[in-house]
Amino acid sequence: MTDPVLHLDNIVKTFPGVRALDGVSFSVMPGEVHALMGENGAGKSTLMKVLGGIYQPDGGTIHVGKEQVTMAGPLEAKAKGIVFIHQELSLAEELSVAENIYLGELPRKSFGRVDWRKLTEQTNTILKKLNVGFDATTRVGDLSIANQQMVEIARALTVDAKAVIFDEPTASLTDAEKVVLFDVISDLQKEGVGIIYISHRMEEIFKITDRISILRDGQYQGTVNTSETSEEAVTQMMIGRKLDLSRMETHHELGDVALEVRGLSCGKLYQDISFEIRRGEVVGFYGLVGAGRTEIAETLFGLRDPSAGQILLDGEEVRITSPNDAIARGISLVPEDRKGQGLVLGMNCRDNMTLPQVQDLTSGPFVAEGAEVAIFDQYRDRLDIRTPGWKQLVGNLSGGNQQKIVIGKWLSMHPSVLIVDEPTRGIDVGSKSEIHKLLRELAAQGYAVMVISSEMPEVLHVADRIVAMYSGRIMRTFTSEEVTEDSLIQAISGLSGHEAA
Amino acid sequence: MARLTKQQIGTVLAKQGILIAFAVFMVAFTLANPKFISVDNLFSVVRSSAILGVMALGVTFVVISGNLDLSVGSMMSFSTIVVLDLHDQIGPALAIPAMFAMTLCLGAFIGFLVGYLRLNSLIVTLGMLSAIHGLTLTYSGGQNMDIADKEGTWFSIFGQGSALSIPVPILIFVALAAFLGIVLAKTPFGRKVYAVGGNSTAATFSGIRRARTVFTCYLISAFCVATAGLIQASRSLGSQNTVGQGLELEVLAAVILGGASLLGGSGTIFKTVIGVLILGFIQNGLLLIGLQFYVQFVVTWVIIILAVWLDIAAKRGKLLSSIA
Repeated sequence: MTDPVLHLDNIVKTFPGVRALDGVSFSVMPGEVHALMGENGAGKSTLMKVLGGIYQPDGGTIHVGKEQVTMAGPLEAKAKGIVFIHQELSLAEELSVAENIYLGELPRKSFGRVDWRKLTEQTNTILKKLNVGFDATTRVGDLSIANQQMVEIARALTVDAKAVIFDEPTASLTDAEKVVLFDVISDLQKEGVGIIYISHRMEEIFKITDRISILRDGQYQGTVNTSETSEEAVTQMMIGRKLDLSRMETHHELGDVALEVRGLSCGKLYQDISFEIRRGEVVGFYGLVGAGRTEIAETLFGLRDPSAGQILLDGEEVRITSPNDAIARGISLVPEDRKGQGLVLGMNCRDNMTLPQVQDLTSGPFVAEGAEVAIFDQYRDRLDIRTPGWKQLVGNLSGGNQQKIVIGKWLSMHPSVLIVDEPTRGIDVGSKSEIHKLLRELAAQGYAVMVISSEMPEVLHVADRIVAMYSGRIMRTFTSEEVTEDSLIQAISGLSGHEAA
Repeated sequence: MARLTKQQIGTVLAKQGILIAFAVFMVAFTLANPKFISVDNLFSVVRSSAILGVMALGVTFVVISGNLDLSVGSMMSFSTIVVLDLHDQIGPALAIPAMFAMTLCLGAFIGFLVGYLRLNSLIVTLGMLSAIHGLTLTYSGGQNMDIADKEGTWFSIFGQGSALSIPVPILIFVALAAFLGIVLAKTPFGRKVYAVGGNSTAATFSGIRRARTVFTCYLISAFCVATAGLIQASRSLGSQNTVGQGLELEVLAAVILGGASLLGGSGTIFKTVIGVLILGFIQNGLLLIGLQFYVQFVVTWVIIILAVWLDIAAKRGKLLSSIA
């Protein structure tokens, strides 16, 4: 048995009032892809910050190879061969690929001049290893997100990496780009680098990792071999209970058509979109990022002007000119970007939840705060939002609870059409299934629900019908009986030409 | 463990720094000159702060909505000159509403540019600072403006009168602060101001009309400036064209001192009033310990920097940035 490249033993980290890490141990073998899993708040980020020298542990030891180390800061961690690929990229867009990779340590000639030839050569050597389609002189701002991530990875390879940590690397990648990333990971693996892979996406974990370590509430739950376990077992270790991942078969009567769209187009963003959603129905919109789904939702919510086509609400043609207008007509949109579009993070929970209706919630000239608290309490109970109280700032809540605040905000408007865009992005698996259950319940209560999602299990799980989109067009509409994963993938890749109503 | 303690001290300093600094100043001033803490002096500080304070109330709305207003100083000069000139031409009863209408037009213009055209408020109001100054000079022909009959006009009541032995400027300041405080804290409009300043995209996605909210904030600011100009004109019954020059920075200093974030979304009227008083007491104290009047310009700058630094430090939880 070889020695691990990285070994954490009994790490403890406390913050005032919280024991964020409580005796966590795990090790990464050379050439291994080791997944680190846990719900939001389980302690993954804290553990990685300890490893990266951003936090100092209150107890426990870190070994790199055979040597016991103290990580005094991020630079020291990098010097010891521990390299992080962060979820959020930190690149200078105006600089070239080579300049970004060697930022702060550009090779020099006499008089402090940059040795451009050496820089380009070194960079191209690394890029060749990664097998990418751009070279050292390309401006980073001109690259796709996926290729920018490759630059981050290339940066990691400038040092003699012993362990590379990937934090949610596929969050903004398309399926094709993921394949390239996984190739790079497997190359690193062959060179004997140990890899820590953090992700919420089960299918990736089971595709590329060798072992899985699980954290729950700051405690180490165990390590399992990926080939000997199942999604259910891992989930159970993460959340401490079983999770039902089968399709939700709640049958209820469908009502009238609440929303109908005929031949809707918006310039180059999407063309000739027609669909209808009945009361009591969940319609999933599945496709790649950029397929035009979010733009349709924004049009329905009055944020974009369509260039052609009709929108009918309850059979009546309408023109929706502003979000205000959409809200008045009973349309609610839970937007894609929770923090950017959904919430005012510096505001408390109650004020966020009642924001769309604050103009009408008045007694005399004043906001009726009692009524607001009543609304908040009602949806806190209904959605099981965990917060110490309505005065809590939304920015302090976990992702899942934040998302529930946004959902509660729009449910309290009693809409007839509820549009949710990527409802579970960045949310841990426990909250995810709660939100799925909620969407089904809402449909059962007579809401017409439009779910936009880039996660196949999600649309398969919640939708009665699935609209597959590719490059601004509807390729095909599936009923939940006829849909298969293969046909869905073909449709969103533009491979299936025929349209079905 | 030592690191943690240092961090805690930093947090306390950052959160309560202004109040601590204020307390230190107060004690130091009192030791240097016991007259500082006398009732007469305290009263006079509040009275002389009233003009600045009234302007700061309006700017608080603008800052919370996520914008700046650097034009309030030259706008106040404009209001003062206009109302003094009109006083002798059409009489005070007409001059006052006419001046308010003209000042509100200026506010509406800025509100249109920043709200509806989405231009950067720093650039717009910095430009307006200069443009309104030019407008004032054109209006007055560069001459000082004086009321002809200074003894026989009731116009002096706003700046010099008193009721129940409280000076009218203080009454106006307190009344306006109470009214605008309620508007900001208790009405749907106030809530929208916080939402727009906190995250204007999220506010738009919640059906709030951002442009209209910002526009209204600039109208409120202009109204406050007109009120300040009225007090100023009434107090002196004559004025130079530059009477409000430099006030925009003092007003901003008071608002930030009160704890409103320059990024928008936080702050209250009450805190702004505290900020105004702190600024007033510090300036007064500096005079009483015998420093030249001109020193206060430098001190105002120091206070702004200190306030902004502590605001940022409180957010990141320590005094120095780790990624400087």
